[in-house]
Amino acid sequence: MGDRMMAEPQDIALELSGVSKTYQISQGLFAASKPLRALDNISLQLRRGEVLGLVGESGCGKSTLAKVLLGLEKPTRGDVRIFDQPFGSHDRKWIARRIQPIFQDPYSSLNPRKSVREIITLPLRVHSVGKTSGWNDGVSRMLDLVGLPQRLIDANPSQMSGGQRQRVAIARALIMRPEVVICDEPTSALDVSVQSQILNLLMDLRDELGLTYLFISHNLAVVEHIASRVAVMYLGRVVEQGPAARIFETPKHPYAVALLDSILTPDPSMDVPDVDLDGNFPNPVDPPSGCTFHPRCASATSLCSRLRPEPVQQAPGFVTCHLHDPNQQKDMA
Amino acid sequence: MNSLLSVRNLRVEIPVGAGLLKPVRGISLDLNKGETLCIVGESGCGKSLTSLALMGLLPKVARCSGDRLSFGGQDLLGLTERQMARLRGRAISMVFQEPMTSLNPAYTIGDQLIEGMIRHDGVSRAKARDRAIFLLEKVGITAAASRLSQFPHQLSGGLRQRVMIAMSLMCGPDLIIADEPTTALDVTIQAKILRMMKDLQAELGMAMVFITHDLGVVARIADRIAVMYAGIFVETGTARQIFDTPTHPYTKGLLSCLPVPGKTKLGARLGAVPGVVPALIGGVQGCGFASRCPLRQAACDIEPELSERGDGHSCRCVHDTPTLRKAEWATA
Repeated sequence: MGDRMMAEPQDIALELSGVSKTYQISQGLFAASKPLRALDNISLQLRRGEVLGLVGESGCGKSTLAKVLLGLEKPTRGDVRIFDQPFGSHDRKWIARRIQPIFQDPYSSLNPRKSVREIITLPLRVHSVGKTSGWNDGVSRMLDLVGLPQRLIDANPSQMSGGQRQRVAIARALIMRPEVVICDEPTSALDVSVQSQILNLLMDLRDELGLTYLFISHNLAVVEHIASRVAVMYLGRVVEQGPAARIFETPKHPYAVALLDSILTPDPSMDVPDVDLDGNFPNPVDPPSGCTFHPRCASATSLCSRLRPEPVQQAPGFVTCHLHDPNQQKDMA
Repeated sequence: MNSLLSVRNLRVEIPVGAGLLKPVRGISLDLNKGETLCIVGESGCGKSLTSLALMGLLPKVARCSGDRLSFGGQDLLGLTERQMARLRGRAISMVFQEPMTSLNPAYTIGDQLIEGMIRHDGVSRAKARDRAIFLLEKVGITAAASRLSQFPHQLSGGLRQRVMIAMSLMCGPDLIIADEPTTALDVTIQAKILRMMKDLQAELGMAMVFITHDLGVVARIADRIAVMYAGIFVETGTARQIFDTPTHPYTKGLLSCLPVPGKTKLGARLGAVPGVVPALIGGVQGCGFASRCPLRQAACDIEPELSERGDGHSCRCVHDTPTLRKAEWATA
């Protein structure tokens, strides 16, 4: 993509080139299984120190992308590079020391039988980091860092509120001193008053520790607040990518437009938006021909159902749509 | 004024191991025909139990009491379960949050749609079927007739919720109680469903009690808003009053927590409401919000009454708080 020119290799924390992930989905006892392309030829860079927001609706492949980046799933095709080194040349542990996740639901992502101390030190134990005697100091520093009182060190998650649990999950991710944190819907399960505290904390930690975030969310208001760059996904593809300010100001891809139209800002003078989006999310096992968005797109032409669009540079960033491809524009006319 | 739904001092009490849990501690509301009231609050504030109490669907252990609960002039508190069942699904209907758990997976959606109408109105199957097709088309489902023979698992979440809404309209209710009907849905689907509910309401003239924690949704659909905290309404008013001139410290705190596209600056600190909701076992002493309130003072030890601030805008706070600026929350 065009971004490559703008970022030096050493500034890139993670890079995906042409990454695809295909699952074989069983169609029943006697039917042949069918491929489901959860990720379809994704090229994306995560630059050091930035917050890249990844948005899209359920089933678009956001979480599969997170799993690939965490080394939990191997891509079917394509390359993932981490700090300019191929992902495949390192084992899970090497990756885990550089990339850590924070998941959506702090009620299910923490072991209810373990104390806060055990939960936070687990990564140290797994990776045999440092001496056991030093771990307690590490845990108290982490509790301070994420704003939890020291008295909770021996508490169980069941004794804590959702916001406190999410702070424990953040402490567990950060004790390995990772450079990249994959935040997969980190505030979606929380109340608004708690969400704002966790967002503030994530921003503070980024400034303090120089972290890089991939921030996955379906809450676009939150993404606009926190992200410097945004990638919009639809059915396994990135359909638009660029600086957050540009995308929220003037989205180009018709799906990005519909998605942003759906944001309900708390403004009582405005009506419920009339979103220009037809039909339903297609069956990913049987995706539409050409541009997979064409059956729902109000501006689709016959070309869109025939030809699959390729990313077109929209400096800085790109959009995967025939309408914004100057070459196809001539053909359509 | 003859309101459709009139509630005074509604209480719900549930005996639990540790004592008497009081999740709803006396709420009052009036709802006119065709009006939308949004009850907004965070998890555990009692908003869902309020809706169940209005529908007479509380679990058996719960005790519901009140000075008045009348619907269309009829006293609901005095009704037997059988009388209430006759009302439910016909004059008052409900849309729940999770359409997968509120639809029966073993029956086709057609069977589930027409069941209530046949039972309540005694119409023929064919007539109920026609009504079902008519309503499925109204809620924006294509090929409605063929959908009737489908099972819930064959439909997407958005379609299921449309079916639930169609089902709630089968008997032409005067009041719909919707408890977080769009929370489990994607944003584009949410916008479409809300648009549709609003259009249907305008067309059919029913009133709606809409329960949600999403202030964005509230702002766009509410005529009137009740902000609920620890089992009571702490502030009520029109949508404009609540969003433009919020008065209660809790309402102000909540609004300051929201990143607003185009308004809050990238990465700027959001407001916060520190602390946790009080335990509601054995009731609450004084103002329920006092433990989290930056303006707490001695007077807060006595529970304040809901007092009128003019034009139907009421607030339950001892402070006259026009001077409390949002900025004070940013540092809280």
